[in-house]
Amino acid sequence: MKNDPLSLIYTQRRGVMQQEKFLEMKNINKRYGGVHALKNVDFSLDRGEVHCLVGENGSGKSTLIKVISGVETPSPDSRITIKGEILKGLTPIQSVEKGIQVIYQDLSLFPNLSVSENVSISDYHAGNLRFIKRKDMKKKALETMRKIDVSIDPDKLVRELPIAQKQVVAIVRALATDAELLIMDEPTASLSKHEIDELLKLIKTLQKNGITIVFVSHKLDEITSISDKVTVLRDGVKIGTYDAAELDDKKIAYLMTGEEFENEKGKVKKEFENKILEIDGLGRKRNYRDISFSLHKGEILGITGLIGSGRTELALTLFGMNRQDSGSIKLNGTEVSFKSNFDAIQAGIAYVPEDRLSEGLILPQPISNNIVLGILDKLVNRANILNMSNKEEIAAKWIKNIGVKTSNPENAVDTLSGGNQQKVVVSKWLATNPDVLILDNPTVGVDIAAKHGIYKIMREFTKKNLGIILISDEVAEVYQNSDRILIMSKGRIVEEVYPCEITEKELNEKILRGDINGQTA
Amino acid sequence: MWHELTAKTGSLYKKYPNLSMLGVILIITLLSFSISLPGKFFTTSNFSSIAFQLPELGILTIAMAITMLSGGINLSIIATANISGIVMATIMKSLITTPDSPVVWIVLLAIIAGMGVGILAGIVNGIIIAYIGVSPILATLGTMTLINGISILATKGYVISGLPQEMLAIGNGNIAGIPVPFIIFIIVAVLIAFWLKKTPSGMSNYLIGSNEKATRYSGIDTKKVLMKTYILSGLLCAVASMVMISRFNSARAGYAESYLLVTVLASVFGGIDPNGGFGKIAGLVMSLFILQMVSSGLNLLGINPFITVVLWGGILLAIMLVRRFRSKSR
Amino acid sequence: MDKLLKKNEFYLGLILFALILFLSVSSDQFLTPGNLLELFTSYSFLGIMSAGMLIVLISGGLDLSFTAIATISQYAMATIIINHGGNIFTAFLIGSSVGLGLGLVNALLIHFIKAHPMIITIATLNVFNGLLMFFSKGKWIYNFPMWFSEPHDIMIFENAQGDIFPITLPLFLFIVVFIIVGIFLKHTMLGRKIYAFGGNREATRRLGFNTLGLTLFIYGFMGLLAGFGSVSQALIIQTVAPNAIVGKELDVIAAVVLGGASLAGGTGTILGTFMGVALVAIISNAVILLGIPSYWYQIFLGAIIVVSVSVTALNHRKNLKKEAEIDVA
Repeated sequence: MKNDPLSLIYTQRRGVMQQEKFLEMKNINKRYGGVHALKNVDFSLDRGEVHCLVGENGSGKSTLIKVISGVETPSPDSRITIKGEILKGLTPIQSVEKGIQVIYQDLSLFPNLSVSENVSISDYHAGNLRFIKRKDMKKKALETMRKIDVSIDPDKLVRELPIAQKQVVAIVRALATDAELLIMDEPTASLSKHEIDELLKLIKTLQKNGITIVFVSHKLDEITSISDKVTVLRDGVKIGTYDAAELDDKKIAYLMTGEEFENEKGKVKKEFENKILEIDGLGRKRNYRDISFSLHKGEILGITGLIGSGRTELALTLFGMNRQDSGSIKLNGTEVSFKSNFDAIQAGIAYVPEDRLSEGLILPQPISNNIVLGILDKLVNRANILNMSNKEEIAAKWIKNIGVKTSNPENAVDTLSGGNQQKVVVSKWLATNPDVLILDNPTVGVDIAAKHGIYKIMREFTKKNLGIILISDEVAEVYQNSDRILIMSKGRIVEEVYPCEITEKELNEKILRGDINGQTA
Repeated sequence: MWHELTAKTGSLYKKYPNLSMLGVILIITLLSFSISLPGKFFTTSNFSSIAFQLPELGILTIAMAITMLSGGINLSIIATANISGIVMATIMKSLITTPDSPVVWIVLLAIIAGMGVGILAGIVNGIIIAYIGVSPILATLGTMTLINGISILATKGYVISGLPQEMLAIGNGNIAGIPVPFIIFIIVAVLIAFWLKKTPSGMSNYLIGSNEKATRYSGIDTKKVLMKTYILSGLLCAVASMVMISRFNSARAGYAESYLLVTVLASVFGGIDPNGGFGKIAGLVMSLFILQMVSSGLNLLGINPFITVVLWGGILLAIMLVRRFRSKSR
Repeated sequence: MDKLLKKNEFYLGLILFALILFLSVSSDQFLTPGNLLELFTSYSFLGIMSAGMLIVLISGGLDLSFTAIATISQYAMATIIINHGGNIFTAFLIGSSVGLGLGLVNALLIHFIKAHPMIITIATLNVFNGLLMFFSKGKWIYNFPMWFSEPHDIMIFENAQGDIFPITLPLFLFIVVFIIVGIFLKHTMLGRKIYAFGGNREATRRLGFNTLGLTLFIYGFMGLLAGFGSVSQALIIQTVAPNAIVGKELDVIAAVVLGGASLAGGTGTILGTFMGVALVAIISNAVILLGIPSYWYQIFLGAIIVVSVSVTALNHRKNLKKEAEIDVA
């Protein structure tokens, strides 16, 4: 640690400048054309605090981050003070010089370069024909990693790392440029629960090192567990800054949306009679093992557990895209064997995949085409020719029934918000008239209101005898919507619980215990 | 009245911005050549010669465009056309030995065999791209080299010439005053447009072009669709070759190689999105007409044909620039 | 070892080694200095162009117009030195400058139109080539000055039998270009930025690297090497034919792709590219030495491309499958 500029700064900071605010923003206004993206927002950060920024899509979070990083210039009456210095017209370079680093959701890493090169990439600003010093870069990466107690092989290519380690590399890169303020845009979006815990621990370590952190998140439980303060934005207006301790999930949801959402969890154990899906001893090498359960008409069966517990692979098997090695699947009493997902769809199984953007939707294409995608074979006449008016009718019907907000069904899907996009995916699958609907993390990146909209659709269709399998990482989501829950770990079902019999906290504990048991088994 | 008309054209422009733009360019081209070449350009003989010249490039461009719509490309179109031409010519030459050989039947057999070769090339491309998962540009770069190699080996680099009259009629005849190649081209264009718009596999071809994975997750056998697309592309090459060898009265391994990149140029000019997923045959047909009119108009003006090539490139750059600013302003 | 097995160069090296071994056994002419020097001299032009193409592919781009650029540079150089005189240095200077200029035109169009470089360069290929054919009227040039026609050897070796083996200037330049490009890509900041550019374009922009500058360098350098290489080629064949090079775009890309560069950008090495060029060269040599009819050359080459890209795709698929695997308890 000798001759370490970082630790020097930290000592200085602890001694002299502790009281001072790192960042103070007053009266921030930003307009894009006619849209008032930020309205008179005040925002300030104490040194060394973890500050959570929450708000729905379009609430102004990203714009605020862009203003802090100098990418967007606010209107002239806005005032930004960093480390006591008033900065007019903050530029991206100034922002970096002041020690501000943003880690975007996509991490902005270079998959084809090594860890150490990624960490030192901004040194390449120094010139073009200058030679790089691989040894120094490696040393820098190792030293920075040591400081926050992580270790990743610096020679490995970033593309070979799991997503959680990529996240760490992005953090290390920010620290290597002497970051004092780290802004993380939804860093946990694609991490498993374990990895999230690791990340939260890492954030604590960073905080101990005197680094200020702004943390953007959609996940309410993280917000309350990690942050000191929470600032809520809604429609470009700051609703307020709160101590994290005084907030709970419900209150945050209310502050973000201005609406109250009723918890629809059933209080009594419902009895179901007709089994639609019976799974017996299903196994697939290196994916899952010994899976047996059944699903009834009108039932919502939750499946939760950590990422990497084999849930998605199991879902893909039920959907005909990932053949099992052993065991059987019975649908409405008869054993089925799917050669492809086409067979599964024909048999009455539908699957809303985990990754909406790459697997669920064809973003540049019209909404109507996306909706009829699963029933193209039913839209044809005997000569195998598509009936266009029929197509438009069906699309219009689902847009209305599910409540997709759009002016024109021929608009591209990517003109819709995340929640409406997901409704298009759900419409596509409901249009196939399935008996079983599998939803794999259906509300990732979806606004709270749209989220509840999707829950409502689920419940409505169970009344029409649809059986739903709801796979989710979000414990609250599974807990509040399922009639029954299976906990999976390491490719096996470890426990079956009824939400009406236990509390959410107990469910959480069971999931963690299931993981530990799974590991020791 | 005038207001109504402008309002109507305005909404037409909004609905089909690209087709309208091409339409305007088409009219401007037509008008400016007709004015600058009085009595020469706007004549039956000129249009007839355009109608004879356009189909080869036209059919090959459609063969290229359908693969581009699926997000791919087919660099082997010229090689495929040549090998199927060589097969057709070889069969005709070797089976028609005496004056009383059943020429019509032999020509028919040769054409069927040529189509078979085109389909076979499509199957090979389809397997490598859809089932093995090689990127289309690399896969067809390989098959292009391979197929060219086979053609050269089969002909030892020589030209096979002297085809029967019955065959030559395909490239040079008229039916009701309309050149046969043009009739073939129109039939091909209509059928492919119909396939793209009105059949599940044609529509899937577009969707695959935008996102293959999501299309697959929706229960569409994307491998089968891609297979169809490349087979169709190969078949169209054979159709183009049929016209080509009968116009040249010969077949050879290296014919029309310069057309390869021109088909990409004509496709993009006609509004086929190089990233796949968007584009219409109607735009393609307009683009081909514009390019062919520019070529024949400049030729009539006595301008060096190489300037035509320069202009083609320039037109493509210009239209891409316009599209860029249009998408920016949106 | 694990790392070695993942490397494309390793497999390519094995294939090359096997091929060389086979040829040295079956033909006593193959592994002679005379044969090898001549072979690599005649492939020096393809080599120099592939070095430029490697950089373009690493950056995630593509250039199909470089053949026209090479021809124009060659033609301009020949016309000027024949009419106004000059020396070997001015010849290279003229060729390289013309190439650089046309490459910069590509770069500007690519940067500002923001369409796929393949489409842009197809357009410029037509423009460049059409202009060349128009102005040159398709005429060949033979009548080079004496100083251009005499042999340009860098070094001459002599063996015990008194046979003479020259290291020609084109061969020397081929090697120099590869060494410079190799060092540039691996060790300089600009070289690494080009890898970064091909690996994650958006992140490069966010980091504040000058993407216009990078694009200008990438396509400018491709043009420069095309011009430079075309002069070197003129030294070998002593003629300039306006239609001799255009149409060979895909041959160069094939060699670079065989050498392991990906059209998706971000990967590729100079060693791999050298091996790709060597593979193409040795196959053509093998066909001649083994007395196989030369028609077979293209078939071999095509088959090798198809097999190599297929194996790469299958490997990629296997790796994706592995990623989905977990430890089942």
